[in-house]
Amino acid sequence: MPPSICALCTANRAVILRPKNHQKLCKPCFLITFEDEIHETITSNNLFRRGERVAIGASGGKDSTVLASVMKTLNDRHDYGLDLVLLSIDEGIKGYRDDSLDTVRQNARDYEMPLMILGYDELYGWTMDQVVEQVGKKGNCTYCGVFRRQALDRGAARLGVQHVVTGHNADDMAETVMMNLLRGDLARLSRTTSIITSTPSAAPEAKAATTEGGLPSITTIKRSKPLKYAYEKEIVLYAHHKSLLYFSTECIYSPEAFRGSARALIKNLERIRPSSIVDVIKSGEDMARLVPGNEDACANDCATNASATAAEDEVQGCGSAGGKSSESMAKMEARLRENAKAEENGLETEITSVTVEMNSLKLPNGKNKASRASDSQPRRKKKVTQQVMGTCERCGYLSSQSICKACVLLEGLNKSRPKAEIGIS
Amino acid sequence: MADTGDNVHLTVEFSGGLEMLFSNRRKHSVSLPKISPKGTPVTIDFLVKYLCDHLMKDSRKDLFIMEDNVRPGILVLINDSDWELEGEADYEIQPNDNIMFVSTLHGG
Ligand SMILES: [Zn+2]
Ligand SMILES: [Zn+2]
Repeated sequence: MPPSICALCTANRAVILRPKNHQKLCKPCFLITFEDEIHETITSNNLFRRGERVAIGASGGKDSTVLASVMKTLNDRHDYGLDLVLLSIDEGIKGYRDDSLDTVRQNARDYEMPLMILGYDELYGWTMDQVVEQVGKKGNCTYCGVFRRQALDRGAARLGVQHVVTGHNADDMAETVMMNLLRGDLARLSRTTSIITSTPSAAPEAKAATTEGGLPSITTIKRSKPLKYAYEKEIVLYAHHKSLLYFSTECIYSPEAFRGSARALIKNLERIRPSSIVDVIKSGEDMARLVPGNEDACANDCATNASATAAEDEVQGCGSAGGKSSESMAKMEARLRENAKAEENGLETEITSVTVEMNSLKLPNGKNKASRASDSQPRRKKKVTQQVMGTCERCGYLSSQSICKACVLLEGLNKSRPKAEIGIS
Repeated sequence: MADTGDNVHLTVEFSGGLEMLFSNRRKHSVSLPKISPKGTPVTIDFLVKYLCDHLMKDSRKDLFIMEDNVRPGILVLINDSDWELEGEADYEIQPNDNIMFVSTLHGG
C-alpha cells in the first residue's frame, strides 16, 4: 500500500484514520485537531468561567489521564484562567490502586496540579476490601460504582471546588444512550446525555455518621464532560502518540452483563460504520429534547443554570474481577432496580414530582404521538416523569429517593456486619 | 511446511491492558515463517492466530480474538500507523516490523 498523506498539512505521512470522518492525519496534525475539538466543545458549551476552580476526576486510567493533559494544554494555550486540581478516589482495594495512584501522582507532577486523594473509608466507613469480605468477590462493582459516583462530588465539596470534570468519552455516552433506550428509560436518557449536570451535594448537619466535620453546607457541584464527543479510539491514540502513561485496570469488560452487551454492540457498530458513535449520541440528545422538563428543551444557555438536571450518571463498573453477581448482589441490584422504577413512576411521596402526560408531548413534526406503555407493565400510566431531586435524609446527598443509593447499600452492609460469620458468599 | 529455516522477525507489543493476557509482558520478539502453510506471505491475520496459538497463555482467547478477527475495540498499529491505513488484516508482515495491539476496552 502506498503511504497515505496527511489531509491537513499535505506533507507528512498519515498515521491516523479518524473514525468520525475518515480523515487521514499525521501525528502532529492529529494531536492539534484533537485538542482543538475539545476546545471547541468547551467554548461552545461555556463549560468554564474564568478564575474557576475545577477538579479533574482522576483515576490514572486513559480517559482521565488524557483529560488532565488536554485541560492543562488548553488552559495554558487559550488562557482559560482555570485553577485545576486533581481529585482521586481510593476505593481501598489492597494493591489495586497502588499503580493507578502512582500514575495520578505522576500526572500531578507532570501537569503541576495539586492532588487530593480521598478514601472510601473516610467517606463511607467501609473500604472496598471490607465490602468484598462482606458480599463476596463477585459483583461488588455495584457498591464500588455507587460509592464512587458520590465520592467525587463529596471530595470536591471538601476541597471547596464547585466544578468537577470527568473523562466520560463518546463511546461511554453512546453506550449509555443505548442502555437507556433498551430499557425504555427516557427520563434517565435525558439526564445522562447532558454535557453539564449539577447536584446539590454534601450535607451539612445531617445526622450522617459518614460525613466528617468541615464540610461546607449544601453546595452545588457542577459536573461536566469535556471529552463527551471524543472517540475512545482517539483518546487512546492521543495518549499513545503523546506518550502519556496511564494505567489499565484488570476489569476488562463491564461487570454488568447488560452494559457489556451495549458496549460490544457499540464497538461492533463502530467497526462497520465508525460515525455510528456520534450518531447515537446525536439521537440521544434529540430524544432528550423531547422529554418534558429537560434542560435542553429550553434555550442552550439554561444548561449552565443549576436548576434542573441532576447528575445521575450510569454507574460505571470498577476494577475488581467482574462476572456474574452473587446471590446477595442480585438481591441488592433488584432493590436498586425497584428504586429506579419507583423513581421513574414518581411513587416516592416525599419527593415532589413534575409529571407530564406523554400524550401531550409535541413532536417536532407537529403531530401528537401517544406513547406506548412497556409491555411488562401494562398497568403503568403512560407518562414520563422528570423528578425534582431532593436530598437523602441520611446523608444529605442529592437523591430522588428519600434515601440515596449509597445509603441503601450502606444499610445492607451495616446490617449484615454482625452476622458476617454466617455468610458464605 | 516449506521454507522452515526462512523466518521473518518482528516485534509485537501489547498495551492498554492487553499485556495482561500475554504473560504481563508488553514487548515480545516474534519469529514467523515467511510463507504461510497456504503458500502466501504472512499477514496480520496470520500473526493474530499465531499469537493466539503460541504466545497467549491466558485461556480467555475471546478477549483478543473474535470471529477470527481482532476483537472490536482493540487498535492495531503497524509501525505506529493505524492498521486501517495499511490494509488491516491483509497487511503483509515485513522484517523488523513493530506491530502493536492496544486495547481501548479496559477501565479508565
Ligand atoms: Zn499533517
Ligand atoms: Zn444518602
